Amino acid sequence: MNKTLVKKIRIGLLVATLPFLAACQNTMEPWVKPYERNNLTLPVMDWALDPIADNYMHHVYQAREGARGAEGTSGGGCGCN
Amino acid sequence: MLKALREAVVVVIRTKKSGVVFGLITTLFLASSAMATVLPKDRTDVMYHSYQGGGMSIDGPSILIRKKINKKISASFNHYVDMVSSASIDVLASASAYKEERSEQSVGMNYLQDNTLLSLGVSQSNENDYAAKSFNFDVSHEFFGNLSTLTMGISRGSDDITKNGNDIFSKQANRINYRVGLSQIFTKNLQVSFNVEAISDEGYLNNPYRSYRYLDGNAANGYSYATEIYPNTRTSTAGALRGRYYLPYNAAVYASARIFSDTWGIKSHTYSLGYSHSFSDNFLLDVHVRRYAQDQADFYQDMFDRKDQFNFMARDKEMSTFNNVTVGFKARYLFKFARTSWAKASSVNLSVDHIQFNYDNFHNVLSPELGQSPGNEPLYGFSANVIRFYVSLWY
Amino acid sequence: MRFYKIIQLVSLVIVLCSAGKVAATETKSLAIDFTLKAASGENIRLEEMRGDVILINFWASWCGPCRQEMPYLDDLQKDFSNLGFTVLGINVEQDSGSAKAFIDELKVSFPVLFDNKQLVSQLYKVDSMPMTVMIDRNGFSRLVHRGYVEGDEVAYRTIIKELIRE
Repeated sequence: MNKTLVKKIRIGLLVATLPFLAACQNTMEPWVKPYERNNLTLPVMDWALDPIADNYMHHVYQAREGARGAEGTSGGGCGCN
Repeated sequence: MLKALREAVVVVIRTKKSGVVFGLITTLFLASSAMATVLPKDRTDVMYHSYQGGGMSIDGPSILIRKKINKKISASFNHYVDMVSSASIDVLASASAYKEERSEQSVGMNYLQDNTLLSLGVSQSNENDYAAKSFNFDVSHEFFGNLSTLTMGISRGSDDITKNGNDIFSKQANRINYRVGLSQIFTKNLQVSFNVEAISDEGYLNNPYRSYRYLDGNAANGYSYATEIYPNTRTSTAGALRGRYYLPYNAAVYASARIFSDTWGIKSHTYSLGYSHSFSDNFLLDVHVRRYAQDQADFYQDMFDRKDQFNFMARDKEMSTFNNVTVGFKARYLFKFARTSWAKASSVNLSVDHIQFNYDNFHNVLSPELGQSPGNEPLYGFSANVIRFYVSLWY
Repeated sequence: MRFYKIIQLVSLVIVLCSAGKVAATETKSLAIDFTLKAASGENIRLEEMRGDVILINFWASWCGPCRQEMPYLDDLQKDFSNLGFTVLGINVEQDSGSAKAFIDELKVSFPVLFDNKQLVSQLYKVDSMPMTVMIDRNGFSRLVHRGYVEGDEVAYRTIIKELIRE
């Protein structure tokens, strides 16, 4: 099977699933209601409580470790040596 | 709504340019539901940071100012300075102690439309031998009753590298990051997120001051140094899972795990565990531990057999096999102001972290013990203390 | 690049799953009756208020837009209460402590009810915070408005005037 045919089949399958996906909203209801979200709004549950303090720590580690990325922050990180 | 979706899908299929697709997906998000996400809170933070350890002393300020411009747009500005005084093992092994200053500024903007938040940021960092510029674009979309959040982002950076004491040395490095994340609220007490980030660099990727060492019969101590040679491309992937669980007495426990691997052969994993506790309405205490362990880059060796033994050679300890453990705590006191006042709240925070580094195949060339053959010096290890003291104001 | 294709697929699937609700839906069904205890201590029953135009506002003290909206609702109460209109604030928190403190400080002129067991929230299918329901003089639920952004209070005013005139 040539490449363009495979590509068309893939796209066709994707489009074919669209009507079903648009209906999935009705089959599954959000199970945590907005009025039950109190705990999630508390400071102890906030990942982004101290943005610059957290960014600084990521920088401390990035400058001394080989690993980088997936720290949960946006931004490019510092390109410094 | 469905018509817009169909039209968008047709364009997705026809177009080949991923950049356009990205923009389209964003447009799709903007056309969706009306339950609102919110812009990040207006705030100003002033922080003093300090890193002391391994012969390095780095401190300085970091300031963040964020303010909503109207109900859809929020802008932020960050100014950061590192004042470095370095007598680290890398420096002392082949050079002398130095002082320098690095200054970084970033400007960011957030745009809110229903459940989608678009963020755009530019940043520049300058020191006397390194100038870096980067921009980032991130999209965050809440859906499914605001229980799920999808984030996607891209960053591009370009660096100009020069060398003190060498006027003709001028190199470039470029970088691109792609990230995707999904965050899910599982119960009214549990939130979990998964993030993946791929980073690709090309250009001059080593530190021009770092050298590798090789056995040299002609040298007094049995070895000589030469400038490191790194590959001029690097691609890495990192995947992280993190979760936060609420405990019924206004506390939370959180954990994260991240795995990393790149085309240089470096593989690492990072684990962390933390506990946060709020009490008396104003106090918050947090304790956390983190462990990082890494396997060396393919071209790393503490001692090479001869000069130019391989195409790529590194002795930067950052490329070696090592691990580190961090133990830290944070204390925070929150002041809440009257509802009618201009300022809503303010906090005073102190974070102290202690990091212990242990190297498995990086040796301490400065160790005073005599009678060791080159390459058999004791392994290096050091510890560092990081202090963050900051005041935040929400208005 | 393979990474790009994965991102495209993932986002397409998720976007399609997130077909959301419209901001305001016009319905005409009888508003479900309930009885809740008010901040004043007395029990208030929805059916006993038939004949008035009622604006029910589901809110929580931890919800920023809810707190922002409250003074505007108080203005509406002051402007229209003598024309057969009342605002009913329903606090959806299991623990009313912070809500009571907020109300004490704000001193609103409309009744604030406490739905500690969250039964009324379930009955009315509250799916956003805040959520506002407009009920006409005959007890029919005429409008459901989800969320709050600055400027919504102007829309409320227009709708209330219309419902009062009916």
